[in-house]
Amino acid sequence: MPRYLPYLLLLPATVFLIIFFLYPFTQVAIESVTSNGEWSLANFQKATSHWKFGEAFKNTMLLAALVVPIQLVMSLTMATVVQKLQKGRSAILYIFAIPLGISDLAAGLIWLSIFEQSGFLNSMLVGLGLIEQPILYLSYQSPWIILFAIVLAEVWRATAIMMVIIVAGLGLIPREYGEAAEVFGATRWQRFYKVTLPMLRPSLQTALILRVILAFEVFAVVIALGGTQMPVLMSETFNWQFNLQDRGVAAAYAMVILAVSVLFTLIILRALHVPKEART
Amino acid sequence: MAEIQIKGVAKSFGAFTALHSVDMTISDREFMVLLGASGCGKTTLLRIIAGLETPTKGEVWIGGRRVDHLPPKERGIAMVFQNYAVFPHLTVFENIAFGLRMQKMPQAEVQRRVHRCAELMHIEQLLKRYSGQLSGGQRQRVAVARALAMEPEVILMDEPLSNLDALLRLEMRSELKGVLAESKTTAIYVTHDQVEAMSLADRISVMNGGHIVQSADPVEVYRNPAARFVAGFIGNPPMNFLPAEKVGSGRYRVAGTDVAGPDTDTRIDYAIRPEDLTLAEPGQGLAATIRVVEPLGAHTLVTCDVDGASFRAVIDSDSRVNPGDRLSLAPMADRVRWFDKETGLSVQ
Amino acid sequence: MSDTATVAPSVRKAGRWVFVSGIVLLCVWTLLPIYLLMVNALSTPEEVNGFPKSFIPSFDLSSLRFFLEFEGVLNALWNSIRVAVVTMILSIGFGAPAGYALSRFDFPGKEVFRFLVVMTRAFPLPLLALPLAVMFLRVGLDDSVLGLALVHTTLALPFAVLITYSLFSGIPFELEEAAFTLGCTRFQAFRKVVLPLAAPGIAASAVFAFVISWNEVFAAAVLTIKNRTLTAFLMQSLDWSPLHLKFAGAAALVLPALIFIFAVRKYLFAMWGIANR
Repeated sequence: MPRYLPYLLLLPATVFLIIFFLYPFTQVAIESVTSNGEWSLANFQKATSHWKFGEAFKNTMLLAALVVPIQLVMSLTMATVVQKLQKGRSAILYIFAIPLGISDLAAGLIWLSIFEQSGFLNSMLVGLGLIEQPILYLSYQSPWIILFAIVLAEVWRATAIMMVIIVAGLGLIPREYGEAAEVFGATRWQRFYKVTLPMLRPSLQTALILRVILAFEVFAVVIALGGTQMPVLMSETFNWQFNLQDRGVAAAYAMVILAVSVLFTLIILRALHVPKEART
Repeated sequence: MAEIQIKGVAKSFGAFTALHSVDMTISDREFMVLLGASGCGKTTLLRIIAGLETPTKGEVWIGGRRVDHLPPKERGIAMVFQNYAVFPHLTVFENIAFGLRMQKMPQAEVQRRVHRCAELMHIEQLLKRYSGQLSGGQRQRVAVARALAMEPEVILMDEPLSNLDALLRLEMRSELKGVLAESKTTAIYVTHDQVEAMSLADRISVMNGGHIVQSADPVEVYRNPAARFVAGFIGNPPMNFLPAEKVGSGRYRVAGTDVAGPDTDTRIDYAIRPEDLTLAEPGQGLAATIRVVEPLGAHTLVTCDVDGASFRAVIDSDSRVNPGDRLSLAPMADRVRWFDKETGLSVQ
Repeated sequence: MSDTATVAPSVRKAGRWVFVSGIVLLCVWTLLPIYLLMVNALSTPEEVNGFPKSFIPSFDLSSLRFFLEFEGVLNALWNSIRVAVVTMILSIGFGAPAGYALSRFDFPGKEVFRFLVVMTRAFPLPLLALPLAVMFLRVGLDDSVLGLALVHTTLALPFAVLITYSLFSGIPFELEEAAFTLGCTRFQAFRKVVLPLAAPGIAASAVFAFVISWNEVFAAAVLTIKNRTLTAFLMQSLDWSPLHLKFAGAAALVLPALIFIFAVRKYLFAMWGIANR
């Protein structure tokens, strides 16, 4: 067996990632700290001094803070509930996993069909006689409803990916541990809290990292439901790049998104750290 | 004609040395068993012969041809793997035919050979099945049939029976021995099971720590272990060892008795197999206090305390003994062996 | 079970009822929004814009026809398919050999490569579109299928590597070694033993790559101007497009993804879950 074979096999992927991942990221980083060919923080100053930056940053963080915990609880519930099923397990799992294949833009439009003024929510409420006139939900006068709709759409769409990772993780935990805990007198809740959850840490880690980063990239759902009413970091990046044609500021935004992503990845890695000796 | 010669073969994985310069010759049609605990280098040696591993140093010759630089397919070998390696996407027929098809053998000949080998291994009725529909024992048979179909000069087997349950293992063992004797190929068989080794081998090579410690026929290995390691590894329960104190030229004091031994100046240990002891009148042999009694049916295994050391004896199951009883155990004089305390080698 | 034995039957029955209705509720929560979208897509434009809405579609194709006949839509659909297919080919073509190497060999630098792949996960990858837009302008890849597919491949490649890695790891190396001893070269052993066994899984990961590209919005919107993909088209037309165009478009986005996910449902958990660890 030739010694160079593994390197030969890795070469295309490595070269690709260097050209299309490492190199462009250095480019954005450099772009963000230069203006007119000189090192400067002008782009960051321009980005942060704009009134929308604070809004966008606050909205992005708020969305992540609302969406991710709900998803964590929901995906854990779905995964454990499915595990208890004797019949129709795979069918239910498939149904739960369906949103996995749906794009954020489509998810935004789906929830738009519910929340728009002539949409299904108003149709139902009027039909039930609860209201007389359809209400305009997604308006700048009621940002909280827009936020609520976005949270619903995000929870609906992206819980599946966490659930899939957690279901796979649960599958890797041998039954004996739970049974051993039961023999030693642990209740169902104690078994979940003291045995399952700690053993699930590696899966939780991945699921959370994946979800938190995607939450910071929230974009199409927000545009579809809130239009320009609800600026987020990603939509502002798009705005600076496209409509305001200022690549430097867009790059500065990108660096901000990158910074919070890396920061939260590190926090999650730290918080759910599994020591090498405790791994199975 | 396929004699195998291993000349100074060594293998290291990074800092770890799996084999230290091994030399060995296996004659044509010989059934050689490589025996040792896991990590002793036996599988590495087999894989080097197969061409699945490249030796760090040394040469491998098969049938007068140097092969260590050749890929497996050019070595005239066939191999049976520990987990059988029956291809799951092919039927039993296609599994057995796989190697023949690679040689572009005519269809009629493929048919003939597959059916003959299937018959030999009693799996004719399974030819259309897939591996997933077979039991472990049946997969094992397919793996052997696939190797035999190649009509190789050398057949290599890596713990082929270790994944079978005890009864099936016994059955396959005697069957393998018959089939291989008939096929007239040279065979190398790796195992950690000494009973398997004893029952199958023309010759056993006992390996330890990347060395071949002893290479001899089964009875010789059992009766005259070349080293303390072999004495402890072969035989169940293993040989007993007691410290010997030299009291004169060729005279030793062992557990309070006087024994004749080899005339040497090195410090040596006294060794005797548990089944080479008989019950004697008090004062006639080694004084033992029974700690545990394990009736095994045909005989009874007793673990005793002799001169502060743990010591086992196999006695007749009619002799009713209890823990705490005092026994006198007389060794059969011609079965006593001596081992150097430092080097562990046999001393005569 | 010790804890169920001590509970009164009526309580147990109630628990069972809560459990079943919980599952039904979760299924409704997942499926109802998709159903509502399909109701919209299968109603006339007048019905879609009218009020109140019926919860049962009139099974009229005029909204969909309007969507398909709308200027640029067919082109956008075609672009989406082309970008997704190129992404699929690139990510499997580059990813599968790497996954194979990771599963079969131990070599210096292996960990560095794994780190590089896993690291991509901590980065908001669609942002790559910003610098790459400049780079593509220089090399003439701007507003092109290949250019966007390259960006989508950075999204799909790490998954392809990790999924194929776990896939190949599931095929014992012993099988390949057996093939070697039966007369195969390394390449023949791969083709005759590994490939037939891995093919369904590789196809499934190719489908994932397709779906990742098909669904991506940000990079598509940044990198394409004339050659919009479907997501980019829908995104850029949000401001002015009528509701029936939006919903028919969303349905067109959702349907292929649903079919593909259904086709690979067997692999969903085994691969996606484990490859993500």
